[in-house]
Amino acid sequence: MSESHHPTGIKRWLYTTNHKDIGTLYLWFSFLMFLVGGVMALVIRAELFQPGLQLVEPNFFNQMTTMHGLIMVFGAVMPAFVGLANWMIPLMIGAPDMALPRLNNLSFWILPFAFFMLLSTLFMPGGAPNFGWTFYAPLSTTYAPPSVTYFIFAIHIMGASSILGSINIIATIMGMRAPGMGYMKMPLFVWTWFITAYLLIAVMPVLAGAVTMMLIDIHFGGSFFSAAGGGDPVLFQHIFWFFGHPEVYIMILPAFGVASAIIPTFARKPLFGYHSMVYATASIAFLSFIVWAHHMFTVGMPLVAEGFFMFSTMIIAVPTGVKIFNWVATMWRGSMTFETPMLFAVAFVILFTIGGFSGLMLAIAPADFQYHDTYFVVAHFHYVLVPGAIFGIMAAVYFWLPKWCGKMYDEMMGKVHFWLSFIGLNVTFFPMHFVGLAGMPRRIPDYALQFADFNMISSAGAFLFGFSQVFFLGIVLQTILYGKKARSEVWDNPHGLEWTLPSPPPYHSFTQPPQVTMAHASPR
Amino acid sequence: MHINLNTLLLYTGIMMSGAFIPASVAEELPRWQLNMPQGVTEISRDIYGLHMAVLWVCVVIGVIVFGAMFISMVLHHRSRNKEAATFHENFWVEVAWTTIPAIILIILFIPSMRTISQMYDTQAADIDILVTGFQWKWKYEYLGEDVKFFSNLSTPSGAIYGIENKNNHYLLDVDEPLVVPLHKKIRFLITANDVLHAWWVPAFAVKQDAIPGFINEAWARIEEPGTYRGQCAELCGKDHGFMPIVVKAVSDDEYRSWLAERKRQTAQERTLMAQQFSLEQLVERGEKVYQSQCMVCHNANGKGIPGAFPSLVGTAISTGLMNDHIDIVVNGRAGTTMQAFGSQLSPLDLAAVITYERNAWGNNMGDMVQAIDIARFINDAKQ
Ligand code: HEC
Ligand SMILES: [Cu+2]
Repeated sequence: MSESHHPTGIKRWLYTTNHKDIGTLYLWFSFLMFLVGGVMALVIRAELFQPGLQLVEPNFFNQMTTMHGLIMVFGAVMPAFVGLANWMIPLMIGAPDMALPRLNNLSFWILPFAFFMLLSTLFMPGGAPNFGWTFYAPLSTTYAPPSVTYFIFAIHIMGASSILGSINIIATIMGMRAPGMGYMKMPLFVWTWFITAYLLIAVMPVLAGAVTMMLIDIHFGGSFFSAAGGGDPVLFQHIFWFFGHPEVYIMILPAFGVASAIIPTFARKPLFGYHSMVYATASIAFLSFIVWAHHMFTVGMPLVAEGFFMFSTMIIAVPTGVKIFNWVATMWRGSMTFETPMLFAVAFVILFTIGGFSGLMLAIAPADFQYHDTYFVVAHFHYVLVPGAIFGIMAAVYFWLPKWCGKMYDEMMGKVHFWLSFIGLNVTFFPMHFVGLAGMPRRIPDYALQFADFNMISSAGAFLFGFSQVFFLGIVLQTILYGKKARSEVWDNPHGLEWTLPSPPPYHSFTQPPQVTMAHASPR
Repeated sequence: MHINLNTLLLYTGIMMSGAFIPASVAEELPRWQLNMPQGVTEISRDIYGLHMAVLWVCVVIGVIVFGAMFISMVLHHRSRNKEAATFHENFWVEVAWTTIPAIILIILFIPSMRTISQMYDTQAADIDILVTGFQWKWKYEYLGEDVKFFSNLSTPSGAIYGIENKNNHYLLDVDEPLVVPLHKKIRFLITANDVLHAWWVPAFAVKQDAIPGFINEAWARIEEPGTYRGQCAELCGKDHGFMPIVVKAVSDDEYRSWLAERKRQTAQERTLMAQQFSLEQLVERGEKVYQSQCMVCHNANGKGIPGAFPSLVGTAISTGLMNDHIDIVVNGRAGTTMQAFGSQLSPLDLAAVITYERNAWGNNMGDMVQAIDIARFINDAKQ
C-alpha cells in the first residue's frame, strides 16, 4: 500500500518529493526550453541565411543570441542533466530516493519562475537582455536595457536551484549507497555527477557574486566595473570566466558518464580503464579552475599570465585524451551493435573530439588572437555542446527511457532521428570553422559577401537539425503511449543495479538495500 | 544531344553562384575561403605557421583515433565478432597515452610562447596611433601630429536593407580609412569611449580589446602595400556588426604627403570656424553630419527607435530652448548611449547638426546657431 498515498493530478507533480517524478519534471522542462532556445537559434540562422538585414533588427538579433545562449545553457542542458541525475543516481547506487526530497521539490519548482521571468523580458520596454550570454560589463550595466534587473534576479534563482540540487546529489551519493557500493565501485555516471555537483557548489556563488556586483553598479551607484569610478571592466570578465569555465565542464562531465555507461553495454565488454576514468574526470575538474583566462587572451593581460593560461589550457587536453582513448579501447575487440543510444554515444565521442581539437587550437594564445570572437569559436563550442552535451542527453534518454516508462521506443525511428540530427548538426556547424578562419566575427546580424555561401549552408543545416528534434518529441510520445513492453534488463546483459529493478521501477526504488555483487559494481 | 561534362559543370557552377551571390559580384570575391589568411606581417605569418602546425597535429591524432574506431566498428561488430574480449585495464598503455600527448603539447608550447612574447614587445615604435572605439565607429589620432578623425561605415543603408546592390566591400568600407606607412613599426594604443570593442585587422594578426579607461597596446610592421579590412570583434551593442576597420598601407613618401594634406585640412576647418553661415548652409552641412553621426540611433526620419532611442520630432528639446539642445548634444547624457559629441565633432559640425535638427522633419523652428556660439558654450562650461 506504500504507493497509494501520493496525490494525483496536478498536485502529484506540484507536491512530489519522489526522485523519479522530479526527474521527469526536469527532463520535460529542459526539453521545452530546448525547443524555445532552438526557435531563437532558428531566428538567428534565418537572418543569417543571406547577407543584408531581412527579418529582424540588429537589436532584436542581439536579444536572440543572448537569450538563445542563456536558455540553452541554464534551461536546457543543465536541467536535463539534473533530471538524469534524479532518475538514475538512486537507481544506480541502490537507494530508495534522493537524500533530501523536499529540497528536491524546491530546487525544481523555482526554475519555471526563473525562466518565466527571463522570457518575460522579451516583452518589456527596451527589450530583453541584448549583451550576449557572457554579459560583459559595461554593456550589461551602464548600457543595458532596463530589463537587466529581471535578468539578474532570474540568474539568482537559477543559481539557487543548481546549488540546492547539487547539495542533494552530494548528500545522496555520500549517504545512501547500498552496502558494498564503495566509491571505487560506483558507476561512472555517478562519479561524474559527484564531481560536477562540487563544481556547481564552487562556482554558482561566483556567478551570483558577479550579477550582484552588476546590480550594485546599476542601481546603487557602485563602480565595480566602471573605470570612471575606479573599477575595471576586465574584472567582470575574470569573475565571469572563473564561473564560466568550470560551467562548461559542468555541462560535459555528466555526458562523459553517460558515454561510459552506454559504450560498454553495446560493446558487450567492460569499460576500459575505470580507475583512470575517475582520475581523469577529477583532474579535468581541478584544471577547469585554473584556465579561465584563456577566454580573455586579447584583453591585454601580462605576458606571464598569457603563458600560464596557455599552458594550463593545453594540459587539459591530456586527461580529456585519456577518456577518449579509454572509450576507443572499450570498443576494441568488443562485440558491438549499434542501437540508437550507441549511435549517439559513438557520435558523441567522435564529434566531441573534433570540438576538443579546435579547443586545443584555441589554447595556442598567439593563434587565439586570430580566432578569438570569430565563428571559429562558435563552431568550437557548438561542437562540444551539441554533439557533446546534447547528444549525451539524447543517448541517455534512448538508453534509459525503456527503464523509465517500461516501454520500448521504435528502433527504426530512433535511427532516423539520429541520422537527421547528425547530418543537420555537421552541416550547421562545420562550415562555421571556415567562415571563422576567413575572418567572420561572431554576434553580427549581417556579414560581408565572401561569407555568404557557407552561411547559407549553415542555415539550411540548422533547420534540418531543428526539425529532427520535433521528430524526437514524436518518438518519445509514441513510446510512452504505444511502445511495446520492455524487459527489466532492456538490453543484452547490461551492467548495473538499475537493470535489476522492473521496468518501470516501483515508486520507491529500492525499499530494501540490494546486495551489491561483482555483477553490478564497477569495474566489472 | 551531346552534352560535354565541362559544360555541365560550368552551368551548374553558374547556377550555384546565382543562387548564393548576385552574379555581378561573383567574380572578384574570395569565395569559399577555408583557411586563415597568411597576412602581411612577420607575426601574422608566424601565427599562420602555428595554426597550421596544431592543425596537422590534430589531423594526425584524429586519423589514428578515428581510424581505430572505424576499424573496430567494422571488425568488432557482433556479426563478425561473436565473443567480446574481456580485458579492461593495462597500466603501460595508460601511461603511454598520458605522456605522449603531454610531450607533444610541450613541443607546441615553446614556439607559441616565442611568438606571443614578440607580439607583446611594443617598444621602440616609429609611429603611435591612438585608436578609440565608440558606439559604433572608430577614432584615429596620430600622436604628436595634430591629425585625428573618425572612421564610419560608408555602406549605404539601402544596400543593407536590400534596396540597392551590395558591392564587393559590403560592410567593409569606411568614409575615411586609416593611412599608415610600410616597413615602419606602428604602435596602436587601443581604448574605448563607452563599452568594450576590439580592434581587429586579420592581415596584421592584430586583435586587441578596446576597454574604456584603459589603454592596450599592439603593433604591426606591414610589408606589402594594400588596403586591409577588419571589423570590431567584441560585442558592443546594436551596430556591432557595422563598425568596420579599413587600413591603407602606402609608401613612406605617400604617407608623408597624405599627412601634410590632412594637417592642411585641419587648419582650414579652423578658419571656417570664425565665419557666419546662413540657415540653408548650416542645414545642408548638418544633414550630412546627422547622417554620419546620429542616424544610427535617431533614425533618418528623426523618430528614433521606440524604447531604445528617443524621437527628435517635436520634442521639448528639439523644439525648445536652444541652450538645452546644445547642452545635450555637446555633453551627452551620462548613463545613456547619448554621447558627449562636444569632444567628437568640430564646433561647426555641432552648430550645423543642431540647426538641422531644429529645422528638419517638420521641426520648423527657423532658428540657428553658429560655430562661434558653440565654441563659447564649451568654453563657458570649462570655467
Ligand atoms: C548611440 C546612440 C546615439 C547616437 C549616435 C546619438 N544619440 Fe542622441 N540620444 C540617444 C539617446 C539614448 C538619447 C536619450 C537620452 C536620455 O535618456 O535622456 C538621446 C537624446 C538626444 C536628444 C534629446 C532628445 C529629447 O528630446 O529628449 C537630442 C537632441 C539628441 N540625442 C541629439 C543627437 C545628435 C545631434 C546626435 C548626433 C550628433 C545624436 N543624438 C547621436 C542616443 C544617441
Ligand atoms: Cu565595437
